[in-house]
Amino acid sequence: MAASETEQARMDKLKLRSTLTALGMLPVLILLAIGFHLLSGRFLSVNNLSIVMQQASINTVLAAGMTFVILTGGIDLSVGSILAASAMIAVIVSLVPDLGMLGVPAAILAGLACGFLNGAIIAWLKLPPFIVTLGSLTAIRGVARLLGNDTTVFNADLPFDFIGNGTLFGVPWLAIIAIATILVSWFILKRTVLGTWIYAVGGNSEAARLTGIKVPLVLLFVYSMSGLLSGLGGAMSAARLYAANGLQLGQAYELDAIAAVILGGTSFVGGVGSIWGTLIGALIIAVLSNGLILVGVSDIWQYIIKGLVIIVAVGLDRYRLQGLSRT
Amino acid sequence: MTQQAATPLLEMRDISKTFGASKALSHVSLTVHAGEVHALMGENGAGKSTLMKILSGAYTADPGGSVLIDGEPVTLGDPLKAKAYGIAVIYQELSLAPNLTVAQNMFLGNEPSRFGLADRAEMRRRAEPILKQLGISFDSARRVAELSLGERQMVEIARALTTNARIIVMDEPTTSLTTRETDRLFDVIARLKADGIAIIYISHRMEEIYQLSDRVSVLRDGAYVGTLDRDGLSASKLVSMMVGRDLSSFYKKEHRQVEGERAAVLSVNNIGDGKRVHDCSFDVRAGEVLGIAGLVGSGRTELARLVYGADRRTTGSVSLNGRTLTIASPSDALDAGIAYLTEDRKALGLFLDMSISDNINIGVIAEDAKVGGALNFAKARERASGAVKALAIRTAGTQINVGALSGGNQQKALLARLLETRPKAIILDEPTRGVDVGAKSEIYRIIDDLAQNGIAIIVISSDLPEILGIADRVLVMREGHIAGEVTQPIDQEAVMALATGTAGAAA
Repeated sequence: MAASETEQARMDKLKLRSTLTALGMLPVLILLAIGFHLLSGRFLSVNNLSIVMQQASINTVLAAGMTFVILTGGIDLSVGSILAASAMIAVIVSLVPDLGMLGVPAAILAGLACGFLNGAIIAWLKLPPFIVTLGSLTAIRGVARLLGNDTTVFNADLPFDFIGNGTLFGVPWLAIIAIATILVSWFILKRTVLGTWIYAVGGNSEAARLTGIKVPLVLLFVYSMSGLLSGLGGAMSAARLYAANGLQLGQAYELDAIAAVILGGTSFVGGVGSIWGTLIGALIIAVLSNGLILVGVSDIWQYIIKGLVIIVAVGLDRYRLQGLSRT
Repeated sequence: MTQQAATPLLEMRDISKTFGASKALSHVSLTVHAGEVHALMGENGAGKSTLMKILSGAYTADPGGSVLIDGEPVTLGDPLKAKAYGIAVIYQELSLAPNLTVAQNMFLGNEPSRFGLADRAEMRRRAEPILKQLGISFDSARRVAELSLGERQMVEIARALTTNARIIVMDEPTTSLTTRETDRLFDVIARLKADGIAIIYISHRMEEIYQLSDRVSVLRDGAYVGTLDRDGLSASKLVSMMVGRDLSSFYKKEHRQVEGERAAVLSVNNIGDGKRVHDCSFDVRAGEVLGIAGLVGSGRTELARLVYGADRRTTGSVSLNGRTLTIASPSDALDAGIAYLTEDRKALGLFLDMSISDNINIGVIAEDAKVGGALNFAKARERASGAVKALAIRTAGTQINVGALSGGNQQKALLARLLETRPKAIILDEPTRGVDVGAKSEIYRIIDDLAQNGIAIIVISSDLPEILGIADRVLVMREGHIAGEVTQPIDQEAVMALATGTAGAAA
């Protein structure tokens, strides 16, 4: 009986740890928000929070896609480039008379196509995701520049500009899209067969294959999903700016997306993590950017601070994994 | 072996060790001669490690016992003293400094020095003959980090020799070695033996014991059971000594013997991969347990993986109930009704970060799913709790991470995953590896139940008594070929002869 009691205690400890892991960075987010409010006196205003949500939204959408990829133990470096190309397509299509609204689906489909390509190469040619998406980061950036003959394309009468600047019951559409993305992602990851397969592939891909899971299809899905959401991010970005530029748009967005995922507690080696963590991670990054500006920290120092936060986050990831391997 | 009559090199008499209220060892004796490989066997927790820790000075024995070296009583008590008496232990977890060179590791804590500076030249000069003695080909200036696990073990042995060790304890030295490295280690052991060094060899692997040992001593529940000479060695005797009960009650075989009366469920014809498996054919009938024996590296696992579609085959075919299957991947095999239990449950089987329930259900969640691929939680709960009950998996709940379970319960959870797919034929690769005795006998019961339910079963095992105990028929593999078949009554000599190629009649 004594043995089963210690077993029980061990189980309780495991449960506690997993709860702490799930809670993850939420306390950090809350502390940051309170801290910035105390320092600036206006961080926690309705107006400012609405701005933070808008600023967080595109990165949240990209980070949701990135969560799928990183959960399988992969990485997608090409999301910023896909976003740029999709935004170009969104604006270009929006200029077609009467069919302007098709800019949004066109952007999403373009993103999906790029992601599918990434996924196909990774899943069937079995090339490392880092290399493949590093290649497509460059190649798709080139495509984005090609689309507008390396100029900025404008549409002052963008038919879907409400996405970027409108609100619904006072909530910015951008934020609504981001939240919807998180909810759909949560449903896929936690409530569907596919989601379980994603965790299984990331946890142990060889075991997944031996269990009869079609690993290539799972990989194809996650990279397609990341591409699709990057396309959606492109449409959101175009709607916000009434314009797109193949050279500048989305530069280094992959880094913010990866940072959000890792801050959210998703393990870099795959198999462990949650979409809610990603949401919190994306909010932390947005709060940092917004708060540092409000407090009056210079642009240069913002870079330094954000970079350090990412390193600390990866350090936490490493520490957490060590904790797991001890059990 | 040559000095049986002389004074034993090491004698441990009447050794007991108490930890708090529990008695880890009680009145154990062990006699080891120079130039002898003395195997020490026993289930986990039998007291082997405790006894060896007393020998190496890590633990102090309870008063009353004595240790004699060359017939002289000695007090061990601390590791340095034990070392001075020439006792060295090669631990399972290697204790080398990876960033230092081979020579530096060999003389760690014992560096030859000149004017207070480590004398590297001297170190190398002294290292070389020892490495040569072991037949080691790598340079003593190489960093340990660059060496393979097997090579590192050689460095550990070389280190023992720098302190003039005469008694070397090896605790499961082959667990993480490849076949080649194991052969290499065995060569080294033979050299050490020839030099008059005594080896105390701890292993669970029966075939290694057969190959190496001059004598085998068995411990059970902290007590000395007995010692067998090489000539009197038999697997069933060893196992019954270790387990302490009659084998017929340990292995459960109640399913009815089937001899050709039922049709073959699984037929494998001329399967091969052009590398490690060649031209293997066999049938398994409904309700039959077919054992596959053979030495490690004989291609048993590779054969199973080909049948299951885990690796690509270049020749042959697999048919189930007379229908030829196209198996290109494990999912094809599973769809057809063939399941495979991997030999390495942690690396290739379980999802250690996922719950017990998810691990059991992962193979069937797609077929249970509701519209749109939504998970059917009710069904999953039902299956998980049903499996936990049916296979007697000991756990506080089904939502706990599978990694928190003991080895035996992890194995049962993995087995449950396969059974949920309702296979017609099932291949179990080392089903009781790393599993305690209690769980072992439960796994045998499960296998027997499956056979009674008409499932065709293949059991691959390195544990000969296990194969003899549960199989109806045994195929023996050697060097990627099926060397022969042994039918009832299964004679272990015949199996070993086929496995080692010593049978005159074996093809």
